Amino acid sequence: MNLVRIAQLSCGPEYSGVQKEINEAARSVDAEIFFPDIRLADIRQGFDLFGLDVRSPDLKLAIARARALVEGKIEADAVFIATCFRCAEAAIVRNELRRYIHENSRLPVVSYSFTERTTAGTLLTRMEALTTIARRRALLAREVQEGLTLGVDSGSSTTKAVIMRDNQIIGTGWLPTTAVLKSAEDAVDIAVKEAGVKREEIQAIGTTGYGRFLVGEKMHADLIQEELTINSKGAVYLADRQHGPSTVIDIGGMDNKAISVQDGIPGTFTMGGICAGASGRFLEMTAKRLGVDITELGPLALRGTGREVPMNSYCIVFGTQSLVNALAAGSSPEDVAAAACHSVAEQVFEQQLQEVDIKEPVIMVGGTSLIQGLVKAMGDLLQVEVVVPHHSQYIGAVGSALLASGFIKGS
Amino acid sequence: MAKVFIYPTTSLILSDLVARFGHTPLSAALQIREHIQTPGLESPPLQITPEDPKKGLKWAAVEVPSGVRGRMSLYGPMIEQAEAAIIIHDADFSFGCMGCARTNELIQFLLRKGDIPVLDLRYPRTEEEGIEFVAAIKKFLDELAGGGV
Repeated sequence: MNLVRIAQLSCGPEYSGVQKEINEAARSVDAEIFFPDIRLADIRQGFDLFGLDVRSPDLKLAIARARALVEGKIEADAVFIATCFRCAEAAIVRNELRRYIHENSRLPVVSYSFTERTTAGTLLTRMEALTTIARRRALLAREVQEGLTLGVDSGSSTTKAVIMRDNQIIGTGWLPTTAVLKSAEDAVDIAVKEAGVKREEIQAIGTTGYGRFLVGEKMHADLIQEELTINSKGAVYLADRQHGPSTVIDIGGMDNKAISVQDGIPGTFTMGGICAGASGRFLEMTAKRLGVDITELGPLALRGTGREVPMNSYCIVFGTQSLVNALAAGSSPEDVAAAACHSVAEQVFEQQLQEVDIKEPVIMVGGTSLIQGLVKAMGDLLQVEVVVPHHSQYIGAVGSALLASGFIKGS
Repeated sequence: MAKVFIYPTTSLILSDLVARFGHTPLSAALQIREHIQTPGLESPPLQITPEDPKKGLKWAAVEVPSGVRGRMSLYGPMIEQAEAAIIIHDADFSFGCMGCARTNELIQFLLRKGDIPVLDLRYPRTEEEGIEFVAAIKKFLDELAGGGV
């Protein structure tokens, strides 16, 4: 496999003791981290021309290196920008460099703010997505599903399976994730039964999600791929927006993804969330506290207004306290449901969507996209009409089944 | 012979001047060499591990970025040992460079709080200024206890 060369633009990882983790994450996806070498004179010229007068010399060096990459003086396959969490100066530089590289080159770029607790495991999916984009552009360009394929998304909360034949979804399965392998096997059984096909007839299999390696190995998958590129592809495919720019938002059970996509290929993306308060998990808790099924939370929220209910789910514990206080103060379940949806949307908006450039259409996918109150809250915050494609809850499985068809012999 | 903290701590020229004039320079090179030569560590390039930013908590609170605390785990002990300090302002990158502006502010603050003699000099831009620069450093070092060659 070709070694993907990832240029690192950073301030602080070597002093935070995490450079080793960054290198390890890259190595585990057959990539290599390197620091672009530039001359001292180019450093001075680089940040002068960029026009951002920062004080920290390491950030000046990062700016000069970014210019060298964009101008083609140094070759790289992808860019990783990393600075210390909680550094305001670095956050400004990180954001502006990400935007500068995205707008002026075809290099995939991801930015990350680390602490000394950052591990290779935390960085793995991001590095994997960077290398996938660099290595598999041809595969990601696939727009039509062919043959009979299976896609499995082994997520943190639920496991989804989709059977596709000749560009049509013919079977689906969805189960809560308990034992990773068993949940996957059972979800596939449901999808196969609905599709009316036999498992041995399936020509190619793709897996994604947290359990992708385990499930993929067990099922002898042709494609095992992280959810950032898979979900981008699945989103633009289902929304029929495969050409031009788009923004994909996936508020998951454990973390969130915001991806800036061009022609179905992610350009920049963020992944994470400070706390489960900014994820689907908080909405699950809200539904449970209100005594309704999660599927009823969306319609409930649409009937309420969250403005009168103070709720801040920056932290899931504080968010839950707000929830309990609001109900104790006599707020209606409708208003509380609306406030919870608004709070989650607001956390994602403040923490993640500031790091990608929002370009319409904004496509929401994943299980939480079925919660109408959340979609409305996100649309209100972004001032756009959010698109929720059909089968949006199966996005990872659809993306996997679509791309897996590239592995059918003779395809 | 006094222990003299130099800023930028990466400046080999400044370190050499302090040593030539009979004192012990406290510079980054020595601290980093100690880290790199510590057996059992495997955290390139500087052999700083995630434990070091935690040691830095002695000089900077937990809400301070990990890179600042990691740097302070190197420079903090040097500041505590320092009996004098030379601070060069607006130094050229080729003279010596310290990557993080916030760490630099903290280092200078702690040096001034330490009740030790501190020489503040602007980096010379002409040959004439260069001669005055070296002379000022020599005078400062000569006046320190046990100094002078």
